[in-house]
Amino acid sequence: MELLGSAILILARWDVVAALLVGSVGGVIIGAIPGVGAAVAIAILLPATFSLDPIVGLSALLGIYGSSMYGGAIPAILINTPGTAVNALTTYEGTPMTERGEARRALSLAYSASFYGAVFSIVCLILLSPVLAWIAPMFGSREIFLAALLGVILVVLAHRGQILLAGMMAGFGIWLNTIGLETLQYSQRYTFGQTWLSGGVDLIVVVLGLFAISQAFVLLVEPDKRAHAEPITGGLLSGFKELAVYKRVAAASGSFGVMMGMIPGVGEFTAQFLSYTYAQKTSKTPEAFGKGSPEGLIASETANNAVPAAAMIPLLALGIPGEALTAMMLSVFYVHNVIPGPGLFQNQLDFVVAIYLALLVLNVLVLVFLLFSTNILLKVIEIPTRFIGMAVLTLSFVGVYSLRNSAIDCAMAAGFGILGFIMKRFSLPIVPVILGMVLGGIMENKLRTSMMRVKTPFDFVDRPIAFLLFLIIIIVLASHALGLWRGFRSARESGR
Amino acid sequence: MTQHREESIQRPGVLIFIALFVLFSIFLLSQLSAETRFVPNGKLVEQPRFWPAIGVLLMVGFGLAQIALRWRAKAGWDPGEVAVWLRAFEYLVWFMAYVAVVPVLGYLATTIAFTTSLAFRQGYRGVRSLGAAALLGLTIVLVFKTGLSVKIPGGAVYEYLHGPLRNFMIVNF
Repeated sequence: MELLGSAILILARWDVVAALLVGSVGGVIIGAIPGVGAAVAIAILLPATFSLDPIVGLSALLGIYGSSMYGGAIPAILINTPGTAVNALTTYEGTPMTERGEARRALSLAYSASFYGAVFSIVCLILLSPVLAWIAPMFGSREIFLAALLGVILVVLAHRGQILLAGMMAGFGIWLNTIGLETLQYSQRYTFGQTWLSGGVDLIVVVLGLFAISQAFVLLVEPDKRAHAEPITGGLLSGFKELAVYKRVAAASGSFGVMMGMIPGVGEFTAQFLSYTYAQKTSKTPEAFGKGSPEGLIASETANNAVPAAAMIPLLALGIPGEALTAMMLSVFYVHNVIPGPGLFQNQLDFVVAIYLALLVLNVLVLVFLLFSTNILLKVIEIPTRFIGMAVLTLSFVGVYSLRNSAIDCAMAAGFGILGFIMKRFSLPIVPVILGMVLGGIMENKLRTSMMRVKTPFDFVDRPIAFLLFLIIIIVLASHALGLWRGFRSARESGR
Repeated sequence: MTQHREESIQRPGVLIFIALFVLFSIFLLSQLSAETRFVPNGKLVEQPRFWPAIGVLLMVGFGLAQIALRWRAKAGWDPGEVAVWLRAFEYLVWFMAYVAVVPVLGYLATTIAFTTSLAFRQGYRGVRSLGAAALLGLTIVLVFKTGLSVKIPGGAVYEYLHGPLRNFMIVNF
């Protein structure tokens, strides 16, 4: 109780409340604009939050992270265009419902499912806290190295169909992180004699280039898209009643969201896919899926929104981000000298609980906002896409230039913008670059420190958690190799 | 999702991108010994060269494997796609011009000029659209520089202003 009181004290400040409000409302609006998304918004706002208190900056970014998918459901349902990439499955069910005159029902279901998924995930996070506080100190350097290695492997393997490219991009990220002065032998790496490279390549410059500037280029180069959605009449609370009818699907989807969110590199897409498949397979009307099934909509939105809170688990407990957005948040922690990892749970548990509470509050704020302002948000959908591209490019300048007032940073970010633009045109994997950078740095540091106490290779896995992680890595790699072998064999047999 | 990803690798132009990327990776590999240090008698994992080597080898290895697979499947070439890449460079130039002018004219004037002229370039000719673009620029400055006090230095032209107005402009715009 004392801990809860202390956490509430951290949050009970006007600037924290304002940040939560701005973040959550802003996140919904950004999510509702097709082609922007939380990653772009967080990348742009990240440097602006550096001057704020850690909890204020994090509240604003958490607000965007946790609320963008609510907003993303609106265009997915009304104009068949997902606001954020992870709302893609929502279009399968939401659009047919709108076409048969059930737009209000679809939106109401999406809001209630999203709210349920988010709250379910936060409750799991709170219940898991004592376990995390108990387990986290068992993670030493070698365990964190192995967890980061597992994260890189999972990120690469999660890109089924593009695994080789994802591996190449993860390698690129690892290499990018090594540029500049290394602090063990104080030698320069890949600076080519250029002093401006001695400080290395800043993660935020890469993030802004690959996510924000590239998206601005995409929007500016492509023809304008203008959408129109009919206003919604009637209340939007009825979805909660209908959600209770499909409580089995909601519970399973929330669980998938939490489990997939906790595993680094997996995230919303896998959670959504598993939930949707489960809902379809266990439904009494599987033929309705793809034609406006409420179960499909619930599965998609519940799983999506259960991921953000769960993704905070590896970040807070181990300091290992599972995807690009949490990787960006990691830099906010570092800037304020708040180091996520085992020590955070031991020394600043009230800060951790405050983050959980902030997540809870922001979901309530978002729901209230959506219930009263959905029709206003329809105006946002109508903004021409090239105009949005212009806004994103202008805002990207704030993000990059305010870091160090460096034109070189801006040039680098613009270069990464071109790279991201080309990769987005081909739907090539961008996230492995970011995670390669972040996890590569963690792996380098932790491997060095852990090797001081390691005499033989077996010493590396002689502790229970290290052994367990090593075993998981072997199982993941072996099962993937087995899958490849089966695919190869069946392709050869069908070719005969 | 998997099918979409596989199809995206089949698109014309992907091979050009991957080939350029692999060439860049091979160049980096060729520079490994010159650009990183090897400490004699040091532990392998403590070598400054160790992690750059891992990164570059992953880039080269996975990249070559991808090319080998794609080469067998179907090699694509579409000059039109490369032309689209080049169109993005125009906006890179716009962006860098914006970066260059801000320290001279100041954040407020440059941002409003940038959003308005870029809107004009995008084909928005109406007073309402151009006004909205100018308002967007003003709002961005008011939110970030005036409100959140992000670190963007005042323009060189502010030096010509006198006394309190000069300070006001430097701090807020």
